[in-house]
Amino acid sequence: MANPKSAYSITTKKGKLDTHIFVIWVDNEAGVLARVVGLFSGRGYNIESLAVAEVDATKNISRITIVTTGTPQVIDQIKLQLKKLVPVHKVADFKREDKKVIFKEMALLKVVGKKKKIEKCLKACKSFNPVILDETKQSVVIQITALRREIDKMSKKLKPHGLTSTSRTGAIAMTRGAETFK
Amino acid sequence: MSKLYSGAEIVFKCLEDQDVEFIFGYPGGAVLPIYDELKNHSSIKHILVRHEQGAGHAAEGYARSSGKPGVVLVTSGPGATNVVTALTDAYMDSVPLVCISGQVPTHLIGTDAFQECDTTGITRPCTKHNWLVKDIKDLPKILHDAFHVATTGRPGPVLVDIPKDIQFDKANYSKPKKVKKTNGKSHNRFSQNDIDELINLISKAKKPVVYSGGGVINSGPKASEALREFVRLIGFPITSTLQGLGAFPGDDNQFIGMLGMHGTYEANNAMHDCDLLINIGARFDDRITGKIDEFSPKSKKVHIDIDPSSINKIIKVDLAIVGDVNEVLKSTIKKINKKQNGIKSSNKQNISKWWEQIQKWRTKDSLGFINSKKTIKPQYAVQRLYELTKNQDTFITTEVGQHQMWAAQHYKFNKPNRWMTSGGLGTMGYGLPAAVGVQIAHPDKLVIDIAGEASVLMTMQEMSTAVQYNLPIKIFVLNNQYMGMVRQWQELLHEKNYSESYSEALPDFVKLAEAYGCKGIIAKNPEELDSKIKEMVDHNGPVIFDCHVDPNENCFPMIPSGKPHNQMILGPNDKKDNKITSKGKALV
Repeated sequence: MANPKSAYSITTKKGKLDTHIFVIWVDNEAGVLARVVGLFSGRGYNIESLAVAEVDATKNISRITIVTTGTPQVIDQIKLQLKKLVPVHKVADFKREDKKVIFKEMALLKVVGKKKKIEKCLKACKSFNPVILDETKQSVVIQITALRREIDKMSKKLKPHGLTSTSRTGAIAMTRGAETFK
Repeated sequence: MSKLYSGAEIVFKCLEDQDVEFIFGYPGGAVLPIYDELKNHSSIKHILVRHEQGAGHAAEGYARSSGKPGVVLVTSGPGATNVVTALTDAYMDSVPLVCISGQVPTHLIGTDAFQECDTTGITRPCTKHNWLVKDIKDLPKILHDAFHVATTGRPGPVLVDIPKDIQFDKANYSKPKKVKKTNGKSHNRFSQNDIDELINLISKAKKPVVYSGGGVINSGPKASEALREFVRLIGFPITSTLQGLGAFPGDDNQFIGMLGMHGTYEANNAMHDCDLLINIGARFDDRITGKIDEFSPKSKKVHIDIDPSSINKIIKVDLAIVGDVNEVLKSTIKKINKKQNGIKSSNKQNISKWWEQIQKWRTKDSLGFINSKKTIKPQYAVQRLYELTKNQDTFITTEVGQHQMWAAQHYKFNKPNRWMTSGGLGTMGYGLPAAVGVQIAHPDKLVIDIAGEASVLMTMQEMSTAVQYNLPIKIFVLNNQYMGMVRQWQELLHEKNYSESYSEALPDFVKLAEAYGCKGIIAKNPEELDSKIKEMVDHNGPVIFDCHVDPNENCFPMIPSGKPHNQMILGPNDKKDNKITSKGKALV
């Protein structure tokens, strides 16, 4: 629609979109991921990436990391809505620019080609802790850890050098220093 | 070792420990063990409805009129999907419901078994929380948690899905424990500083308005008392949302009527021009705010709400107080009284000019209509109904549409929990089953469903429930042969193209009433209206009242699409031509 405004939800100004990383501690129970993800889709928030796994087997706690964009008002709503979910224990949100927080994403890159090409690729990956997980005469699987946009750049860069397949984890986050998020 | 109970027994033991007296339900294959157990529990009465949606709405009516959670029992598959509308309705209007649904046996889940559906998946977005019971040992705790979640904080519906094998399995029973706050979800987070700030704003205001909502009703009858004391203490004008009606007496001079799309001229103008807006338990719904960037542009805004996610969701506020309305109001009253800072007298002087302005707006008589001697005007019908029932404690439910707005405008409520209407979801067919639930909770009170002929046909089958349990509900149908609100919008926004809004082939409601085994009354002209209403009220049994009203009447005042509060269309008496722009039409 040319004019998607609705009389009853016109925002005065379209606020600036920020990228935020949400870290959500939840009870590891059936359907909990669906609740979190369903909240995002149901309320029209977007998910750029999602990473989830159990982190405390005795307390049965999983940690979900979601990268999303929104206006400050939307970010605020996401946080408050998440906190209302029964299996959610706590919610942290960080701006992507936040210096106190480490964000990392892992990627597996499969490069197919001649030795020379593969070496070129490995060289390009140098600053992202490359680990060779598998090697054959005409292929290699490289593991790198980096920021989201760095991996974006890498996969663009390596495409012409024989990158055939990329697998990525989505960002995970941790605060710097001795403090933990309460 | 303590005694082992079957899952079905545990369900009833939980219900007993939660002081449940009534269940609204409908049996089916996957809940048969629970139905089998019913006979052993005489303190719990089961109300057999005719459709699961009816069970949900009846439980809503029961909950809203009694303050206790409503309990619904349905079978798997279609039983569960039929109740989804009522769950969503309860979710939107914050009504505490506990729905227990049967599920196919655990080993058949995921096999597309007969009457299987992903109930917890389907109801996830329309409940506060839901559970699929996978182990009989979890059942007692889950059921007690269900009641806790439904009734604490901002109330809402929950669902517990119990596979049939779990209903047969055996386990120990455990009584409800004093529940700690689930995962740190506390609800009273306000500090004395917030209260001080509120009092400071109150003492400075020159053009204040209080805007109260359903949160006051949900906070319990004490919250309504606190609201009355608070508003009388500060002398401010008060307006209410649709759901908040009854929290403050509708015939009180400080009450300036309902606000919003079909609110009064004085309420909406007060909202627009005020310098202090105190929102108590309302959520800035779009039917209230109108055009958001022109909503109450000059005011400081205070928002008192138990749900932190309601704050700053739609309207940015200057002072947010997260807490239970009753608690917040009580501590505010206490502080004002203790301070003796002269608020009582000086503030009333501060706002005397504001009251003069409000009186001026009141002279517009925005709820006025041109009465007729020939046909019954729907507003007149509601007014007469009010006059003839106001001296007894009457409970009103409604369906959705024009009649609902006329009921809200012309029926004056003096007590909370007397007004049950579907506001958030706008569910046609809500009122009749809701009336069933209200009458169950209040067997000796007068319960009237102010209905439209289109809405009431959506859940008409519940008349059979009313007859079975001898519930003397009165279905007062304002019959204008149209889906009136649809027709009104088509008249105002779609060049009078009344596409599919005329109700062809309406049933004869008197005969329909008789077919159900209840009384039918028809009224066609204004002279006979009073005596017919009296006949309805005096009849000791369910009645369908077919009130033929003017089919062309529109519901005014009205804030048209895309307009702010101070640009309302008033009734036919209004000379100002307030046309809706073509841009506005797109914005519904």
